[in-house]
Amino acid sequence: MAGRFEVISHTADIGIVVYGSCLDELMTSAAEGMIDLITDRSRIGSSIVKRIELEAGDGEILLVKWLNELLFLFEVERLLFTSFDITIVGGNRMMAKCCGEEFDPTRHHIKREIKAATYHNLNIVKESGGYSARIIFDI
Amino acid sequence: MSLWQGKIRRIDDYRWEIPVDYKNGMKVPGLVYADNRMLDVAREEQSLEQVANVAFLPGIVGRSMAMPDIHLGYGFPIGGVAATRVRDGVVSPGGVGYDINCGVRLLRSTLEEEEVRPKIKELIDDLFRNIPSGIGSEGKIKITVKEIDEVLSQGAGWAVHHGYGSQDDLDVTEENGCMKTADPDKVSERAKKRGAPQLGTLGSGNHFLEVQVVREIYDEKAAKVMGITHVGQVLVLIHTGSRGLGYQICDDSLRTMADSVHRYGIVLPDRQLACAPVESEEGKDYLAAMACAANYAWANRLCITHWARESFVRILGKKLDMISLQQVYDVAHNIAKIEDHLVEGKNEKLCVHRKGATRAFPAGKKGVPERYQDIGQPVLIPGDMGRCSFIALGTERAMEETFGSTCHGAGRVLSRGAARRELRGRDIAAGLAARGIYIKAESMGSLAEEASNAYKDISDVVRITNEAGISRRVAMAEPIGVIKG
Repeated sequence: MAGRFEVISHTADIGIVVYGSCLDELMTSAAEGMIDLITDRSRIGSSIVKRIELEAGDGEILLVKWLNELLFLFEVERLLFTSFDITIVGGNRMMAKCCGEEFDPTRHHIKREIKAATYHNLNIVKESGGYSARIIFDI
Repeated sequence: MSLWQGKIRRIDDYRWEIPVDYKNGMKVPGLVYADNRMLDVAREEQSLEQVANVAFLPGIVGRSMAMPDIHLGYGFPIGGVAATRVRDGVVSPGGVGYDINCGVRLLRSTLEEEEVRPKIKELIDDLFRNIPSGIGSEGKIKITVKEIDEVLSQGAGWAVHHGYGSQDDLDVTEENGCMKTADPDKVSERAKKRGAPQLGTLGSGNHFLEVQVVREIYDEKAAKVMGITHVGQVLVLIHTGSRGLGYQICDDSLRTMADSVHRYGIVLPDRQLACAPVESEEGKDYLAAMACAANYAWANRLCITHWARESFVRILGKKLDMISLQQVYDVAHNIAKIEDHLVEGKNEKLCVHRKGATRAFPAGKKGVPERYQDIGQPVLIPGDMGRCSFIALGTERAMEETFGSTCHGAGRVLSRGAARRELRGRDIAAGLAARGIYIKAESMGSLAEEASNAYKDISDVVRITNEAGISRRVAMAEPIGVIKG
């Protein structure tokens, strides 16, 4: 099953349901889904490669930590990413190779600001076909 | 979305109780301020379940409350108020939210609508240029990560020292614009890195600056004390918060508290409610960091105030002392405060979480500025950009029932996605222009998400808090110009 995501309705904020055949893919879908909420991901080039290593107490915390790391890099280093190569070790440690480029307001139309990925009702669900998770963002 | 089917019983026309036995684990009942119609709106989503979930917090006293602008949040509902005992209760960063000290500041002028309206386009364009806004916007103030510690510990006072305002502004700001409990050492380098370039920026989402005109005055005497003297008077309302600094502090603390929950054996129905005892190291560290973000937000709003004053002077061609633009008040509506309240007749030190709720202290209460001691604390309630905003006052009843709290705004009814599908930014701008409101926004898409139709009617929200007696209406103003990120 290919990684994918769907936007879900939430009154004040916005959320996505993400899917993946494995945790690596789930993390990729989540990142792609979130970036798509911010801007048109297909318009982001891949001239910059950044490696990120993260560790957390469990999968859910790792997922939120990962997404908030990408938001941090956007705000502080003005980097937008379009593709990800992720390896998860032991369910709570990840190594990610992120390809993207510097934010250019003339080319990257920003749809909305995401303040943070939240833990609200967050649960990584293991199903027969793989994994899914529902993530609510603070807008 | 499925209708909320939980237990709720009517107390009176404006109060509804979620009984403590609705859910195993609730420590107190829930209390929702709403009329029949608004309760029906609230039932359409799971925000009432969130009221019940907040009642799980250890040490919570009174009731887990929701103001009439209640809508679905994450963890806490937006419009939520929860007070916990300091001695054996918890503090929950989710009960404050990511945008710590998101709040509102109101300025009054001596200008009349007739003077400003012909120049509104010019004025709004100038304000838009002068006040950095939009996503990831960087400010005109250049401070280093090292210098930011001064902002975090001094709050709005830092802005005054750097020429962005005066003591008069501080006198009419909640906490005088500085929580002394702030400790910059408790703020991560990451948070400081996010905050340093963003000081003096409006941001995005529902943040705005509006040029408004007074349309109605309900209490002339109290309005006069606030310098609001007549219909047609021009006001300025600024709504923003602590930007990336606050988001990072909240995220950092939630991560720490995910562990605290296990360590202290706290059982919660939602991870976003993660918390730690107020008096624990984690609890104290969070409150010290939260105070830093609160201080940053007060400095932020004062810097923006300064540039707003500059733009008015430039476009109207009058000196500042001729047009006044003095501050009426500044309130926080995402914050946790340590306050003394009566609980079952006894004085108790409480940690009052206000998540999309405004402090509403009555006349004579400590913490209300000297100037407002006889009338009570001004409460600023912004509507959405197409409708009006209200100025109200805190009441004794609020002290007795809501730990001195009331509503904070209109409250959403339409999701962002639905708003985008149903409304288009450009049409909204044209519609507003037809009603005499000139708007300049960084993003037309986010404009659609913030359109009037996406919100409850603010007049209904304020009518309920007024009738329920937890704040008292004083005046109403409508926008004639808006800048949005």
